[in-house]
Amino acid sequence: MSGQIEHAHTIVGPRVYMAILFALLLGTALTVWASYVDLGFWNPIIALAIATTKATLVVLFFMHVKYSTKLTKLTVCAGIFTFLILISLTLADYISRAWGSW
Amino acid sequence: MSAHTIVSLLDQSTAKIPKDNYITRENGLLSWLLTSDHKRIAILYLISLSFFFFIGGALAGLIRLELLTPQTDLMATDTYNKVFTMHGVIMVFFFLVPSVPATLGNFLIPMMIGAKDLALPKVNLLSWYLYMAGGLLALYTMMVGGVDTGWTFTTPLSTHYVNTNVLTTGLAVFVAGFSSILTGLNFIVTIHKMRAPGMTWFRLPLFIWAHYAASILMVLATPVVAIAIVLVMLERTFGIGVFDPAKGGDPLLFQHLFWFYSHPAVYIMILPGMGVISEVISTFSRKRIFGYTAVAFSSVAIAVFGFFVWAHHMFIMGISNYAVLVFSLLTMLVAVPSAIKIFNWTFTLYKGSITFETPLLYAFGFMGLFTIGGMTGVFLGSSGTDIHLTETYFIVAHFHFVMVGGMLMAFLAGIHFWWPKITGRMYPEKLSQLAAVVTFIGFNFTFFPQFILGTLGMPRRYASYPPEFQILNVFSTAGATILGVGYLLPVLYLVWSLKYGAIAGNNPWQATGLEWQTQSPPLTENFAVMPIMDHEAYDYAWLEGQQQKDEQQHRQLHERQKETEVTSAG
Amino acid sequence: MPDSPAIAHEADNSANGANTANTEHPPYLRHHFNSTEQQADASNFAMWLFLLTEVMFFGGLFTAYLVYRNWYYPAFVSGSHQLNVVWGATNTLVLIFSSFTMAMAVWCAETSRRRGLVLCLTFTFILGLGFLGIKSIEYSEKIEKHHVPGLHYSLSSFLDPAHDAAARAAGDKPLPLDMARKTEVYFSLYFLMTGIHALHMIIGIGILGFMIFRARAGAYTAGHVTFVENFGLYWHFIDIIWIYLFALLYLISRH
Repeated sequence: MSGQIEHAHTIVGPRVYMAILFALLLGTALTVWASYVDLGFWNPIIALAIATTKATLVVLFFMHVKYSTKLTKLTVCAGIFTFLILISLTLADYISRAWGSW
Repeated sequence: MSAHTIVSLLDQSTAKIPKDNYITRENGLLSWLLTSDHKRIAILYLISLSFFFFIGGALAGLIRLELLTPQTDLMATDTYNKVFTMHGVIMVFFFLVPSVPATLGNFLIPMMIGAKDLALPKVNLLSWYLYMAGGLLALYTMMVGGVDTGWTFTTPLSTHYVNTNVLTTGLAVFVAGFSSILTGLNFIVTIHKMRAPGMTWFRLPLFIWAHYAASILMVLATPVVAIAIVLVMLERTFGIGVFDPAKGGDPLLFQHLFWFYSHPAVYIMILPGMGVISEVISTFSRKRIFGYTAVAFSSVAIAVFGFFVWAHHMFIMGISNYAVLVFSLLTMLVAVPSAIKIFNWTFTLYKGSITFETPLLYAFGFMGLFTIGGMTGVFLGSSGTDIHLTETYFIVAHFHFVMVGGMLMAFLAGIHFWWPKITGRMYPEKLSQLAAVVTFIGFNFTFFPQFILGTLGMPRRYASYPPEFQILNVFSTAGATILGVGYLLPVLYLVWSLKYGAIAGNNPWQATGLEWQTQSPPLTENFAVMPIMDHEAYDYAWLEGQQQKDEQQHRQLHERQKETEVTSAG
Repeated sequence: MPDSPAIAHEADNSANGANTANTEHPPYLRHHFNSTEQQADASNFAMWLFLLTEVMFFGGLFTAYLVYRNWYYPAFVSGSHQLNVVWGATNTLVLIFSSFTMAMAVWCAETSRRRGLVLCLTFTFILGLGFLGIKSIEYSEKIEKHHVPGLHYSLSSFLDPAHDAAARAAGDKPLPLDMARKTEVYFSLYFLMTGIHALHMIIGIGILGFMIFRARAGAYTAGHVTFVENFGLYWHFIDIIWIYLFALLYLISRH
């Protein structure tokens, strides 16, 4: 059987992957460095921001979401949205407990 | 043929069960146990679901027997706790959650969209085996002493204060959860990727929309209860302390994770039933569902909003007052899409050509009882009244109205409606109408008194109660007996109909769905040639046109036959 | 006759969107699908939906983490200082490289490079094992220092940081007894989250082994790349989970 590709979609090549790899390595170095610098309440925010950037790069390029259908993009967003609902509404309860009764 | 046809079984004299269908295609037990045919898997589910339903029902019988008298005299309190726990676990996880999706959904979704099977047939079979594994584990648990934490496994009771079989029950529920996830996943992929040409989203039957919404919930919500159960099991086994106040844990965290699933779970349970009701009401009023788009979107809205309200199960548990406010407000919102459906079904019936076959009787029961159940849900969503009514029989009545008066009636409506398609046979109409009425009467006698008991203050999950509540409890138990008869009758006459029921033919109800345009029982591949969808959903005018063409063809064929007879004779 | 004339039937294959130029019926095309495109599309979508369930499964653990980090921040800081950032960062790099090799493996499958595919899958496999190796070094260190909840858990590193190398290096002050006890919550979450993550890695490595075996036989370079692609999605997902675990568990306030 000759090598016909199952579906005509963008084939992402090594150059893109290498660029993303480099960005991820950079991000890792950056986040480790940043954790040793005292930035007060910004520390966790920066750590999460860098982690999210790295995750986004993996999702878009390694997982091909950038080149995927709208359905795939919607699916990813639906998952992220539901996860955010879980943590935000749960944490809202915990944080507001400290506010006392009215 | 006018649009006012009462059910007439066409070609009764010549109707035969088609020789080649999904039941006769292959023989032998293994051909069923190793099948990848969605229809056979649906039958496997139907049989096993019925089995678990009757076990859950027997446990309910035991509950009602104990509650005949104010004292704890039939069984020890601990035993009573185990009985209502297992009743809840089996009914929720092994009956209600899979009921319509795994039987009717599995059977009909590919047919309704014009596909040969679900997207992942082997995963579908795996779903059933996981369900059976979980179910058998739950049965085993019952036999080795059961569990008494309530189906909600509230911590720290379940993690620290009981010495019953929490681990095995937790594992059973975990495994059943996976079954549910795989079913939902399969449905979503199928509905997106395998619709026949011309089958656009807004030509889909509302049954499909309802299952799509329920499947989204199955996929996104179930994993959270899975991790919650894993944490309970680890807490019990290793004492990790995640829910233990002594170690710094918070028992409420379990409840957040548990109800994050279990609230959407009630929508997983009811949405497919609502899908059935849409199909039944349309068919038996010979009308397109009023406000198709609104009903379709309301299914999705229920699914989305259903994620935002879970803490209304936790109003008295110690969440912050602000959380109580927010969740109470959000709960008011989630009632709106359900109400939209009730209104649209009512407007569909208005000026429709209504005939009172059994599926429609069950649908009427659904509409009335679900409305009552839903409205009492609004009372409970309002935090002020909830503080008074929670943990009383008001809650028990509320969820039985929506689940038994609602969902179970919808399930029965669906089984009766599609029975001719699944088996090729009709059920006995008069007897089934009687059973529907008996069920309705029995249901109201059983559960309406419980609303009153709840407002009077009778707590739930107690084997004993103050003597002044006895009369209402006796009413309730009497009703339960009638209800039991109402549920037993269908089992008897449906099994009877397999051999002695009238032959149904393709489309005994003159319904419009794709599944009705092919033989009963269907071929293994569903359609002889794959269909193209060229008309809107619930298009009765199109159906009439097709039937006129059909009759014309038959007439022409008949005339040609007569001609050849004459010429050959002459 | 089986079907009523009520439904229109397709006259030929082209109406259903199948590629009629492709008259071959590949052996891997399952009979309920109309075309290999539809099949690949459906299985890809199914894989994404499965990953959504994984997001929500881990989501419960992240929720627990966020709640308790909010409540017991000093304990979480001290607990985090007991983890070795070098090992953690190394593991992060290992997984990032393994994601790269996995992405390259998918490219090799798509461009029918059989040897390249086997090579990339093998590298991914080795890197995966490397991750688990480092994890087991870390775990055994934690066991040695009695930082495993439920197994003779010791509070000494937190009550008396001066005598603990890692705590001293991080400049930790002694915690009050109450808060010191909460470090057990931190380590419970540490073992839970990294443990369940490691379980997913083990499953992934197992499947990788199977895939290398099949790839050598040319199973994925003849046009049927779905398995490799979908597994790639799973592998990248595990990488993403670790990216967050590293940031949340290892890097809490190291200044």
